[in-house]
Amino acid sequence: MNIEHLVTMANDIGNFFTSEAGDAAAPKEVATHITKFWDPRMRSQIIGHSKSGGEGLSPVALTAVGLLVPPVQRD
Amino acid sequence: MHSLDLHDHGTPATHGAPVTLNIDGADVTVPAGTSVMRAAAVAGGAIPKLCATDSLKPFGSCRLCLVEIDGQRGFPASCTTLVAPGMKVKTESEKLEQLRKGVVELYLSDHPEDCKECAAGDRCELHQVAADLGVTEVRYGRDGQSHQKGKVDDSNPYFSFDPSACIVCSRCVRACGEVQGTFALTIDGRGFASKVVASQDEGFLASECVSCGACVESCPTGALTEKSLMRIGQPDKVVKTTCAYCGVGCSFDAEVKGDKVSRMVPSRDGGANRGHACVKGRFSYTYTTHADRITSPMIRKKITDPWQKVTWDEAFQHAASEFKRIQKTYGRNSVGGITSSRCTNEEAYLVQKLIRAALGVNNVDTCARVCHSPTGYGLGQTLGTSAGTQNFDSVQFSDVIVVIGANPTEGHPVFGSRMKRRLREGAKLIVVDPRSIELVSSPHIHADYHLQLKPGTNVALINSIAHVVATEGLIDEAYVAERCEDAAFNKWRAFVSEQRNSPEAMENVTGVPAAMVRGAARLYAKGGNGAIYYGLGVTEHSQGSTMVLGIANLAMATGNIGREGVGVNPLRGQNNVQGSCDMGSFPHELAGYRHISDTVTRELFEKDWGAKIDSEPGLRIPNMFEAALDGTFKGFYVQGEDPAQSDPNTLHVTAALEAMECVIVQDLFLNETAKYAHVFFPGASFIEKDGTFTNAERRISRIRKITEPLGGLADWEATIGFAKALGYEMHYAHPSEIMDEIARLTPTFRNVSYTKLDEVGSIQWPCNDAAPEGTPTMHIGKFVRGKGRFFVTEYVPTEERSSSRFPLLLTTGRILSQYNVGAQTRRTENAVWYDEDRIEIHPHDAENRGINSGDWVGIASRAGETVLRAIVTERVQPGVVYTTFHFPESGANVITTENSDWATNCPEYKVTAVQLTKVGQPSAWQQRFKSENAEQLRLLREAATARKERLA
Repeated sequence: MNIEHLVTMANDIGNFFTSEAGDAAAPKEVATHITKFWDPRMRSQIIGHSKSGGEGLSPVALTAVGLLVPPVQRD
Repeated sequence: MHSLDLHDHGTPATHGAPVTLNIDGADVTVPAGTSVMRAAAVAGGAIPKLCATDSLKPFGSCRLCLVEIDGQRGFPASCTTLVAPGMKVKTESEKLEQLRKGVVELYLSDHPEDCKECAAGDRCELHQVAADLGVTEVRYGRDGQSHQKGKVDDSNPYFSFDPSACIVCSRCVRACGEVQGTFALTIDGRGFASKVVASQDEGFLASECVSCGACVESCPTGALTEKSLMRIGQPDKVVKTTCAYCGVGCSFDAEVKGDKVSRMVPSRDGGANRGHACVKGRFSYTYTTHADRITSPMIRKKITDPWQKVTWDEAFQHAASEFKRIQKTYGRNSVGGITSSRCTNEEAYLVQKLIRAALGVNNVDTCARVCHSPTGYGLGQTLGTSAGTQNFDSVQFSDVIVVIGANPTEGHPVFGSRMKRRLREGAKLIVVDPRSIELVSSPHIHADYHLQLKPGTNVALINSIAHVVATEGLIDEAYVAERCEDAAFNKWRAFVSEQRNSPEAMENVTGVPAAMVRGAARLYAKGGNGAIYYGLGVTEHSQGSTMVLGIANLAMATGNIGREGVGVNPLRGQNNVQGSCDMGSFPHELAGYRHISDTVTRELFEKDWGAKIDSEPGLRIPNMFEAALDGTFKGFYVQGEDPAQSDPNTLHVTAALEAMECVIVQDLFLNETAKYAHVFFPGASFIEKDGTFTNAERRISRIRKITEPLGGLADWEATIGFAKALGYEMHYAHPSEIMDEIARLTPTFRNVSYTKLDEVGSIQWPCNDAAPEGTPTMHIGKFVRGKGRFFVTEYVPTEERSSSRFPLLLTTGRILSQYNVGAQTRRTENAVWYDEDRIEIHPHDAENRGINSGDWVGIASRAGETVLRAIVTERVQPGVVYTTFHFPESGANVITTENSDWATNCPEYKVTAVQLTKVGQPSAWQQRFKSENAEQLRLLREAATARKERLA
């Protein structure tokens, strides 16, 4: 998956929840949204990206990705 | 000519207090305001008539429906005379018969003698009346002046007008005005010279006529007649069905001779359309028998190979073995598919079931992803359910109608006509659109406010409207206090009240004068019942979901949800977008919008299906393409959709399709996606199968099989065959059994069944024990989620902005005569109205670039380039250009980008920064498309040859 797109998507979600929920609550809301709507491979990839510095991720998105539970691959 | 089984009451129904009168010695009780003619019809009688029909206001011109009324002088027309308590009416007498015979004789004196040539046959009302009255001779002879040599107007592809059969009753003229609201027809001349003309007597095709066919249906004689009726002949049966075009979901009485549809007549009792239709529904069903239909399953190893025609079983086995191979090689999650918003509920349900149960993945999505997925998210979050709040009848009770990012008269024409009727009755209109759509100014309709915003600034505008509501004391405080969450509301109120959200502060962003925003906000909030109707101009933005939230916020704040006449109403694009969403087509939820991670729901389905369901959400359509390019998604089953044409950034999509190893397309035609396919399952049209569609008002309606599938199998049968080849058995003998399963597993469908649908015609979900007859209006008393929830909707400008390189903003839309990717309508006669996509540009922008109407112009964006012919028009504002996307060779989506909604990934079709330049040849992409298309058609023709050889 194109990591730039995933970063943009995560930041866009972060923008919404920062204004909706406030700075403190936003990361949890973002993490919930990503968990609810993103396929495991997308989540794995953004988690991997954050672990290697998370270039391009906004502070809220970066914190949110840190809250994600790594998906378990069933294959 | 009316439907075969119509019992016409002559004048419309009314809803007054009961009034009892006496007709021909029998007491009759009807509502006040009813005509004597209708009262007689209700009582079982039939007063002769020609100019009256119950879809139109009484006119009183034909003088056939005369009656005698005690205490009244003369012979009043029963159509224009209203009932009164104690009134005594005589409908038959010697004098009345004499008068009626005289009138009929005069009509017949200027009417063709020989009915054998007339397609109306014995359904001509004039000849029926003549027969009933026993008029067999005309005393006046036929040598005098007459209209019998009038020239037939054959210009319209679907109907003809023969003035010799016209009795100038004005039913056609009135239908065009009252029902359709176009006012294209008139009676020209006076006295004997009176005649029906279209516009300025320029023929139907060249006139303003929109070919809705209301005039043809209302014609009592054969003057206006469908050409299909002339060609096929009088029907021998009527089959009730539902249109397969837009989300209005009109009900039709298909009149059938043998296995051929001789004409489609909109059902008077159709809940969605109330007896009206548009050019597509009434006439443009001929694609179902077009020569381009593919009727044999086909396979090929590579997309550069010729197609090979095979049996269904061979196709199933090949497809299954490929998907199994791919899953074994690349992992279970390397496959997925798309359910169709053009197929039935039952078929969408089966495809998602196949993907979840037979393939063991949740990589299933539907075309709502690229149109109304933000509606699902936004309305689900705020109100608790992912659907519109009203039925279409509700608009009759609206005082203020707000149309945001929708073009009902083009995209949802039958509802557009109903809306126009209400506007002519006096309802106020606010249009929010970058473009001057027809509703802004058309005969007898003028928008009170046209908020002509810049593309991409919806959220800024809705916030500034909300600012006015919040700061000028326009909030319905009692409603909000009773029905909405306090904390979320207070947060929203504080947010929208900030000065930065005021119309004045936002004026530079939206381009809409602050005073207009304030006026519109006051009108919506305090003008009575306020109803919002919106379309893809709301959802197809990077902030599409935010805008839906903003709309719901505004409706809740003003108390405009939970009764007739109000509400938040998404106008759905395709016939079954609502249904495909309801059926669990999204990768994160099962039927009834229940999240895949919910163990209880999942176990319910697992037990019923006998299969394990993954608890993780799957890939959405854009994610599937990304994964394909990444090498992790290789098998794709597409039923009845064409992402290679309809999805944004065509080059990106086609590259993804090329990267896949097995693409299965199930469709009527070799669509653009099929050119990248390895397996082709021939699809069945809506007249070839049974099933249900769910329209934009949550109305579930039946389609019924008229003829056998040309390819041998209905789509649901093909899915069953594919599943079986994958090793997963599905046991259904009829789609009704699939609906029974849906009802069993989906609380909002609990009481839906084919038996019930046959009884009541159509049902709006939820339909369960709490609402056994369905739910026309939602959220009465309380919201589905309990308390309504407000959301803060910060405006975040899209990344797609005009620049010196791309100074114009492109937005896209639809036109009446074409539909979506055009696969259906391009294969009808509708091309006479619109045979290519064009680009609209404002005169100022055109002049700066030396562009004139008809010039070829190159349209370049950061995604790609295409060439279209220009229309210079003030319909678009300076800085904005507009096109449709009905023709694949246009490459409209070559230039749209992969920007998408933050919550749902719905593409931002409505904002693309572009530059236009005058050019002399097609774009490089178009030239390549032309040659590749020719090659794919050659490969298809080779399949035909191969089949012949094989048979030999």
